[in-house]
Amino acid sequence: MPDLDALLLARIQFAFTVSFHFIFPAFSIGLASYLMVLEGLWLKTGQQRYLDLFKFWLKIFAVAFAMGVVSGIVMSYQFGTNWAVFSDKAGPVIGPLMAYEVLTAFFLEAGFLGVMLFGMKKVGKRLHFAATCMVALGTFISAFWILSVNSWMHTPTGYEIAANGQFLPGPSWWDIVFNPSFPYRLLHTITAAYLTTAFVVGGVGAWHLLKDRTQPHARTMFSMAMWMAALVAPLQIVLGDLHGLNTLEHQPAKVMAMEGHYQSHPDGAPLILFGIPDSEAGTVRYAIEIPKASSLILKHDPDAPLDGLDTIPPEDHPPVGIVFWSFRIMVGIGMAMLALGMWSLFARWRGRLYESKGLHRAALVMAPSGFVAVLAGWITTEVGRQPWTIHGLLRTADSASPLDAPAVATSLAAFVVVYFAVFGAGVWYILRLMADGVQTGESGPSSGVAGPIRAAGITPAAQGMDAGDPREATETER
Amino acid sequence: MIDLPLVWAFLIAFSVFMYVVMDGFDLGIGVLFPTFAVGGERDSAMNSIAPVWDGNETWLVLGGGGLFAAFPLAYAIVMPATYPLIIAMLLGLVFRGVAFEFRWRDSAHRGFWDLAFAGGSLVAALSQGMILGALLQGIAVEDRAYAGSWWDWLTPYTLLTGLGTVAGYALLGSTWLVWKLEGAAQDHARRMAVRAAWATIALMGAVSLYNVVLRPEYAERWLSMPDLLWAAPIPFVTGLLAIALLRALAQGREAAPFGCSLGLFLTGMAGLGVTIFPHIVPPSVTIWDAAAPERSQSFMLIGVAITMPLILAYTAWAYWVFRGKVDQDGYH
Ligand code: HDD
Ligand code: HEM
Ligand code: HEM
Repeated sequence: MPDLDALLLARIQFAFTVSFHFIFPAFSIGLASYLMVLEGLWLKTGQQRYLDLFKFWLKIFAVAFAMGVVSGIVMSYQFGTNWAVFSDKAGPVIGPLMAYEVLTAFFLEAGFLGVMLFGMKKVGKRLHFAATCMVALGTFISAFWILSVNSWMHTPTGYEIAANGQFLPGPSWWDIVFNPSFPYRLLHTITAAYLTTAFVVGGVGAWHLLKDRTQPHARTMFSMAMWMAALVAPLQIVLGDLHGLNTLEHQPAKVMAMEGHYQSHPDGAPLILFGIPDSEAGTVRYAIEIPKASSLILKHDPDAPLDGLDTIPPEDHPPVGIVFWSFRIMVGIGMAMLALGMWSLFARWRGRLYESKGLHRAALVMAPSGFVAVLAGWITTEVGRQPWTIHGLLRTADSASPLDAPAVATSLAAFVVVYFAVFGAGVWYILRLMADGVQTGESGPSSGVAGPIRAAGITPAAQGMDAGDPREATETER
Repeated sequence: MIDLPLVWAFLIAFSVFMYVVMDGFDLGIGVLFPTFAVGGERDSAMNSIAPVWDGNETWLVLGGGGLFAAFPLAYAIVMPATYPLIIAMLLGLVFRGVAFEFRWRDSAHRGFWDLAFAGGSLVAALSQGMILGALLQGIAVEDRAYAGSWWDWLTPYTLLTGLGTVAGYALLGSTWLVWKLEGAAQDHARRMAVRAAWATIALMGAVSLYNVVLRPEYAERWLSMPDLLWAAPIPFVTGLLAIALLRALAQGREAAPFGCSLGLFLTGMAGLGVTIFPHIVPPSVTIWDAAAPERSQSFMLIGVAITMPLILAYTAWAYWVFRGKVDQDGYH
């Protein structure tokens, strides 16, 4: 058993590295699909502005994707370095799912990424579009597997327990992969990635509209993003509600923490909007409540009884404060996204989508909101599962590696310094690309070339350069 | 019945080999990067791998992920045992990976990102070699967990394997560049390749000799009779390849040096296999001890059987798309 400090440090390290990692996929899952749509529209309509937009976002995608990859490699080794006991015990069940992720997703993304970034002139339009589709598909498949793994840790099914304490797969892999919380988590997270991307795209569009509201590329971006906000934000709220009902069924303690229900409410539980949870005293101070609303939402009956944390042994309580607040941040942002989506519909109907400065300013402010919501959502999910790594079966305290606190502390410090420096620089470069705006008149593959160019001694970099290469901006700068 | 753990041991060895040679030449280019002239030479060296490095690195994720899935016990022992090296490798790969994009995004700090590329590659290569050494010299295990101390991984032997790996990667990287570049940059790569070749040969020899005295079991495997029969051809072929490599470089051949370097890595890998088999964590854990249950291994085997041919096919296609020489003035 490791000492407590090493355990806490290992938890902080995992939370830190995975939170940083997830920021990039949250953006690149959505952006890959957006790029696919843009290139598809360009192929279909032949309009230059779609190609320009594609090239613009492709450069940003390349930077974000590189950061997603390197921070992801770290994740796949974190299980062994910091959670060795967990790895030994759960490896037979979740290991194969993660291996499938590598085989079906990571290779697909990485294999076609090179062609997507540098290969437009070499392979021609159609094959290039196919490569873009493969990268987008890869990001989706990746989310599928890793969320299945994660969901299994929340709602484990389909396993057997061996004499040596290992979890073993039962007869059906289906029961493991499609565990009860997985469908909800998959849909809610993919939708979250799309929303996150939509708000970034909308924010960039709004920024350029604020400078020049006739700018055609900014108009296209903004309009597309606002459609996403108006259509997908309500969907996300419905999915979130369904997810919550599923959690109530399988992980009631988490929902109690989210709701701040220390006490049981035999005849209808109130919905606590705000307040300050006090776990010592077991109450929420200064609570602003709507009577019976929580029972209405969770049980669809205002008088339905709801259990509170007083029905759960204290050693199994999740930390209420964090979960309570992170949940409210996520839901608050969800509501704000819905409001912006509705506002854009109204402005569109009035024909003022490109004129309303207020709308543009609001969209600009909301640009990073998806990232905040996504992290808040994950924190709710993961902290709400505590004190378990595998819900109800394996405690976090029993999962860690036999490491000394100084070893974990040193590596944690190294991760913090390197991540902030490296990913800080990357985010800065992305912001700069966004501020520079779309280059007009980007070229596709030279016309009249059908199929791959087969000249001998062709030069990848030079050929790819003015087509898919994200590098050309630097060229014009020089 | 097929012996699933044995099949998986070969599959893991295969993906480690794929990783070592493919990311090996990427990392080797990184190690040699500072010796290339700022500007055209560096740009084209980088461009020769920019479209493929991500795919190459994915073999590392398969090696690690495959180990986790097929031999969870080995994963759970080796990671804590080599903790500082793993963290160093990961951080090195972070710097190396982002440098591909960042150096083009920030011409004012290109020198810095070039340094990050080189330094990250060097740290990653050295750590990988030392991890290998730490594994070979044996890991103390008690009760399904690592039972050694925090510095077990740092010995003269692991330093030797670390340096050997750096030299070997530099050889792969420089011979790759001999193949992909032209003119002055190619001449420079060839000079580097000659040095890296000598260093690799010397260090490979030193590690092999050290292995014989490292653990009594290893000596037995290499020097006693029935085993010797199938072990003996390995050093012999290695020697032939080394000679062929030096000749190919001297004759100014373009693709052959890279081919010979790949061959050297293949024989090196075979030698390692002979040394540690059937252990996965010497001296006490065999592949059968560490194996995940049959259901896990057979489920994954189905996936490998279906996806591996596809992966190899589209990876080959991606290399084919970017075949031929890289132009030095690609970016004007
Ligand atoms: C494949 C599994 C998996 C996945 C996809 C995630 N996590 Fe997780 N998380 C774990 C598996 C895990 C874990 C290994 O099970 C941890 C380590 C300790 C623990 O209890 O659970 C954990 C802990 C953990 C903690 C610390 C909780 C605590 O100790 O109080 C946080 C804040 C997060 N995670 C956040 C995230 C975020 C932001 C993710 C988004 C990508 C995420 N997790 C994905
Ligand atoms: C702890 C859990 C996780 C681990 C171990 C992990 C592992 C990895 C690894 C190794 C990579 C790099 C792959 C490459 O070389 O191309 C990666 C990238 C990626 N991961 Fe994760 N990941 C985790 C969580 C997640 C989650 C929760 C999602 C999505 C819901 C996700 C989605 C992606 C995507 C889309 C990529 C591609 C790169 C990018 O888009 O930035 N990952 N991950
Ligand atoms: C207002 C509406 C929303 C509701 C009711 C809602 C509900 C929930 C619930 C109950 C969970 C925890 C699930 C569990 O583990 O038990 C959750 C998790 C999560 N939420 Fe939301 N959510 C909403 C909006 C959003 C928005 C707008 C985003 C991001 C753009 C988001 C992103 C996430 C993510 C990434 C997770 C963690 C992954 C998961 O468990 O699905 N949510 N949400």
